Amino acid sequence: MATGTIARKPARRALAGFLWRHPRAQLSLLLAGPIGWLVIAYLGSLAVLFIAAFWRLDTFSGEVVHEYGFENFQTLAENDVYRTIVLRTVLIAAAVTVTDAILAFPIAFFMAKVARRRVRALLVVAVVMPLWSSYLVKVYAWRIILAEDGILNWALDPLGLSGPGFGNVATWLVFSYLWLPYMILPIYAGLERIPDSLLDASGDLGGGAGVTFRSIVLPLALPAVAAGSIFTFSLTLGDYITPQIVSSTQFIGNVVYTNVGVANNLPLAAAFATVPVAIMILYLLAARRMGAFESL
Amino acid sequence: MRYGGRAALVAAIAVLALVVGCGGDDSDDSGSQVKAPEGPKAATEVGAGEGQVNLIAWAGYVEDGSTDPKVDWVSDFEKETGCQVNVKIGNTSDEMVTLMRTGQYDGVSASGDATLRLIAGGDVAPVNTDLIPNYADVFEGLKNQPWNTVDDQAYGVPHGRGANLLMWRSDKVKPAPDSWGAVFDADSPYKGKITAYDNPIYIADAALYLKATQPDLGIEDPYALDDKQFQAAVDLLKQQRGIIGEYWSDYTKEQAAFTSGDSVVGTTWQVIANLLEADKVPIKTTLPKEGATGWSDTWMLGSKAANPNCMYMWMNHIISPKANAAVAEWFGEAPSNSKSCAETAVKDHCDIFHADDEEYFSQVAYWKTPTKDCGDDRGAVCKDYSEWVQAWTEIKG
Repeated sequence: MATGTIARKPARRALAGFLWRHPRAQLSLLLAGPIGWLVIAYLGSLAVLFIAAFWRLDTFSGEVVHEYGFENFQTLAENDVYRTIVLRTVLIAAAVTVTDAILAFPIAFFMAKVARRRVRALLVVAVVMPLWSSYLVKVYAWRIILAEDGILNWALDPLGLSGPGFGNVATWLVFSYLWLPYMILPIYAGLERIPDSLLDASGDLGGGAGVTFRSIVLPLALPAVAAGSIFTFSLTLGDYITPQIVSSTQFIGNVVYTNVGVANNLPLAAAFATVPVAIMILYLLAARRMGAFESL
Repeated sequence: MRYGGRAALVAAIAVLALVVGCGGDDSDDSGSQVKAPEGPKAATEVGAGEGQVNLIAWAGYVEDGSTDPKVDWVSDFEKETGCQVNVKIGNTSDEMVTLMRTGQYDGVSASGDATLRLIAGGDVAPVNTDLIPNYADVFEGLKNQPWNTVDDQAYGVPHGRGANLLMWRSDKVKPAPDSWGAVFDADSPYKGKITAYDNPIYIADAALYLKATQPDLGIEDPYALDDKQFQAAVDLLKQQRGIIGEYWSDYTKEQAAFTSGDSVVGTTWQVIANLLEADKVPIKTTLPKEGATGWSDTWMLGSKAANPNCMYMWMNHIISPKANAAVAEWFGEAPSNSKSCAETAVKDHCDIFHADDEEYFSQVAYWKTPTKDCGDDRGAVCKDYSEWVQAWTEIKG
């Protein structure tokens, strides 16, 4: 043991000295792990996805033929149904994002500017709490709420109304519920960074609540809203489980899932999966213009 | 702005890929009929067990007491033969085909919509039924069927069968329906509360209904549909889409929907009806006058099986009267062995599931894989399964 320590020490010294003299080597050693992960696991899988999109399926034997061609994209372009599904997915994702932004802003504002520290801590816990339980439990809970003999219909019945049932509206409701915390937290963080003195100054200069909100709070908080919207939009765009449980609606994810799981048509699934990637790239570029990445 | 430039480049490439994608050429698929590839010949004898066997099975087909201590037909087999049973559950026929392609499994409990794909793909080997003593007791109606036999060569042993039934809430649907028209009628009073099975294979249910109601389409086999027949079935299902409340693929989803009343009429499996009856939900089932689709499962031997002897022993065991009766009761289907009926815990199990009622099953069109070859004098003009899948996406919209 003793000899081992003595033998090791100079080696360690030498290594430390080497790293000190070569800061670039030091940096690359430090980043090799995370960047390797990013490149191999993340970008690598994306690359495989893009390549697979150009393969095709031998329809009879059900085996993937490794020849390159544009068949899959042609199928996607020629059938109206795929366009309808993309449009529906994007519209519901947008509706969910807008709904969450409207719901989240007052809560976040109250948390950041009005509530005292204790209440604020409680509210943060309350907002994060739903994230502690399983996604599936929450979606199935909504299934029970929206069911024919569910609590919503029971509550609306005396008014002579009935709930939306299972369908697009149900999907929109459930997604809005699921992703709300992801909108509240960035907006809260963004609002907290706005100095109170700015609000006071606006008031001192005669700005009413409306003017202060429109010309001080909103412009300063907009990057935060954009940051939150990345979460709500992309999470809705990529989901396929909720539509399956609370509706029979098809999202992009459902078609991808069916083509992988049912049809074993990996190339078509890969081709369709490039659509949300393209949408998200455009969305992220737009969000970056609004300064969303400074608020993350 | 280096970052921005690069991101824009990536986006541009992605967009380009999509635009270019619209103008590709398409090459013709080679359609052909089901032909078993030249492969290993059927075994002539069963040697000593290899010590283990790796299976792919439907949930509930291979139970060793770990789900419920009373449900166990595997442990005795393991003791007797020394073959340790390892099972991987397949959730869909398609998943089973994919798993078998890996070549890592000795056998699979394949439904008729998977068997031909497995045979054509060379993933399963011919089975010499003479080496399986219990095969003699299998119902004649299950032997030498197009989904388990090609060119008079058996590719497995029949496991059990069942029909997809019409189920309705007897307190809400009156009078009791006796026709699939109940789920296809566009002016149905139960609009929005009708359910259907969420799988491309359901197109066959529509075809079966059209076979009875529109004879001029000339549908003989609901799985061999040419352009005109297929289009008619798809149109019927698109019309049905408007009156569907929700589709089901997971049996628990249908169970919940009938319990809550979100669905009041639709297609079902016997096992779901049993579960609902156990919960005292007022439902009734029938085999409608047009007949029905159904399944008939086959235990098949992998062509790359590492443990073929144990697999032969397993195939003999799973259709033995005791084991076959136990599976059929646990899963809720008709057993394949005629002697199983004496072994069931519920004495009238075979009557409930019509096990020996060939007339009942003659009205059942078992699931099988749609192929380009129609299997009759029309030739290779039928819609294959990948077209069924795409059509199903269009139907759901």
